[in-house]
Amino acid sequence: MTTLTKPEAEPRPQESEHFLSVRDLYVQFATEDGTVKAVDGLSFDLDRGKTLGIVGESGSGKSVTNLAILGLHNPRNTTIAGEIVLDGQELTGASTKTLEKLRGKKMAMVFQDSLTALSPYYTVGRQIAEPYMKHLGASKKEARDRAIEMLGKVGIPQPQTRVDDYPHQFSGGMRQRAMIAMALVCNPDLVIADEPTTALDVTVQAQILDLLKDLQQETGTAIILITHDLGVIANTADDVVVMYAGRAVERGTVRDILKTPEHPYAWGLLGSIPRLSASVDVPLAPIPGSPPSLLNPPSGCPFHPRCTFAGEVGGDRCATERPVLPEGRGSACHLTPEQKRDIFIQQVQPRLR
Amino acid sequence: MSEQVTLDQPEDTAPEPAKDGASGAGAGGGETLLEVSGLQKYFPIHGGFIVKRRVGDVRAVDGVDFSIAAGESLGMVGESGCGKSTTGRLVTRLLEPTGGKITYAGQDITHRSRKELAPIRSEIQMIFQDPYASLNPRQTVGSIVSAPMEINDINPSGGREKRVRELLEIVGLNPEHYNRFPHEFSGGQRQRIGVARALALDPKLIVADEPVSALDVSIQAQVVNLLQRVQKELGIAFLFIAHDLAIVRHFSQRIAVMYLGKIVEIGDRASIYERPRHPYTHALLSAAPEADPDDDGRERIRLAGDVPSPINPPSGCRFRTRCWKAQDKCATEEPPLVQIGGNVAGHLTACHFPEEPTITARKEDIVLDPALAAIEEAAEETP
Repeated sequence: MTTLTKPEAEPRPQESEHFLSVRDLYVQFATEDGTVKAVDGLSFDLDRGKTLGIVGESGSGKSVTNLAILGLHNPRNTTIAGEIVLDGQELTGASTKTLEKLRGKKMAMVFQDSLTALSPYYTVGRQIAEPYMKHLGASKKEARDRAIEMLGKVGIPQPQTRVDDYPHQFSGGMRQRAMIAMALVCNPDLVIADEPTTALDVTVQAQILDLLKDLQQETGTAIILITHDLGVIANTADDVVVMYAGRAVERGTVRDILKTPEHPYAWGLLGSIPRLSASVDVPLAPIPGSPPSLLNPPSGCPFHPRCTFAGEVGGDRCATERPVLPEGRGSACHLTPEQKRDIFIQQVQPRLR
Repeated sequence: MSEQVTLDQPEDTAPEPAKDGASGAGAGGGETLLEVSGLQKYFPIHGGFIVKRRVGDVRAVDGVDFSIAAGESLGMVGESGCGKSTTGRLVTRLLEPTGGKITYAGQDITHRSRKELAPIRSEIQMIFQDPYASLNPRQTVGSIVSAPMEINDINPSGGREKRVRELLEIVGLNPEHYNRFPHEFSGGQRQRIGVARALALDPKLIVADEPVSALDVSIQAQVVNLLQRVQKELGIAFLFIAHDLAIVRHFSQRIAVMYLGKIVEIGDRASIYERPRHPYTHALLSAAPEADPDDDGRERIRLAGDVPSPINPPSGCRFRTRCWKAQDKCATEEPPLVQIGGNVAGHLTACHFPEEPTITARKEDIVLDPALAAIEEAAEETP
């Protein structure tokens, strides 16, 4: 049921078992100030019809990961190492031409800012129709009909007339719907949604998230949902990867992450957000300090300078030794499982409810 | 202001007549610090070729009444374009109101000139949303934080520099950073500088316009805690403007919900979040994302479409175009903001057909979005 291999399960099958499999991904940018290690050894799997939530703060490498999957990075200053296997096809070394054939057809993206992601120069209908014509060889007429069908499906009123509108004639929520229509026009197997609702109002956000979920049930696409908001993944994702400073620090089902998180960073995130049902007299429990620069990330565990529990680990392991994220459910932290359980039950859980 | 004053009298504190006849008292027993009634702000739209004529107005704020007691925090929530930021700017008099009245500590400041406002400006301070745009990159932290004292010619004992170092310490920054420039700080630290600047003149009221929405989650909590400490320890009243319902609930004792330039519901925190009456408040609360995979039995309401344009707002009740309870009366008659039966004192709702005071799940979800409704209906037919 989950995309994660359970530790006690039989020897892990080949990568091809999963629809998308990312192994030891490294993405580095050469900048004037030095090399930015945007993604530093990331692995995850995703099955068809499932949603993977990637949660992290700005600069945690969550967006870069997905640009690397789509091959949208700038090849001149970016080095990518590791494996990205989509449906049995290796993508890290794939040619531009191969990627062009996949983008829009097999994998598609929904961007955060719909006003900059849509071209102001072409009508919405034309932008939706373009990938359909390119990948499926449809005629202009067929593609236009398909665009109208898609607009109707995502809930644009009067799609026959709105298809000829320009993006500026759409409201923010409608533009985001049009972006979803554009991403789904060729029935892709993988949709990457990068903060799809961050720029929207709460009531519209709820509509769009439900729409993505409903459309997924209908079409069976796999979705990677990138967000900084733990509330957004709660009702949409099946599995979650928590990222910090370019690394995955914890992985599990959405219930694991929100109900019994193991990594101190995940504890910190959950303690930082107020809840509608929590007591208002308890102050929030923020994470001290601020996220590190990826030009010069901290040694060992990247979270150790901000971690309240680094002292509980013997010696200076947190500062010298990089903790490993186990396959399947688990967290990259030097605390022993007993310590994690005790700290969580005694210090973290009381704050969450 | 005559009729509106009676509409907005939170709690049952005895009204105390002020100099100019304004009556009203704030919640929690404190005396009313700020009283706003019938406040309006229209931004003109000019059109036409060569000769520019006024062709319409953006009715950003259209008749808003509320009051804030000394030391109290009033939260203001609503979606973009509902006029919450404009309200904040009107209260600080960064904008000139089109109509209505703003009374601060018994004095009418609605149309005061810059010069007349000067003494009051030091008591009402503002914290801005974008910590990158609200600090002058060419000034040091020291001169940014001491600027309000310089402008108002205030010389604290021990000198301004000592006071600035104190303020930096209060907001959790290293006083040694006195001579640094804003670019040397992270977003959260910059917001702390903004808070220090707002505190420089010992204000009585701080208008905080989305003070944490530009910050990362882990940093947001730091700034919220700082503001809360400031509010409690220094007894400063807040107008806390935000779109995040959970943060507003955490920070404010009273909440006003705005929609298209109007307050649709206002009341105590517990009353608004647990016993909301206005359909829009229900929809907002239902849409707020909660980091809890068990859907804790909340009702599910999904509205259709976006907020209409404030240029030509719907007649009567402004929410009627997205409301599931709308009837003919809603289009013709604007509902007044009043206390409806069953609500505690101070909980006012502007609705002809209010909802039940509960937020638990209904028998049937309210799904107005056509796309959602269509897909979900199809899914139900083919289980």
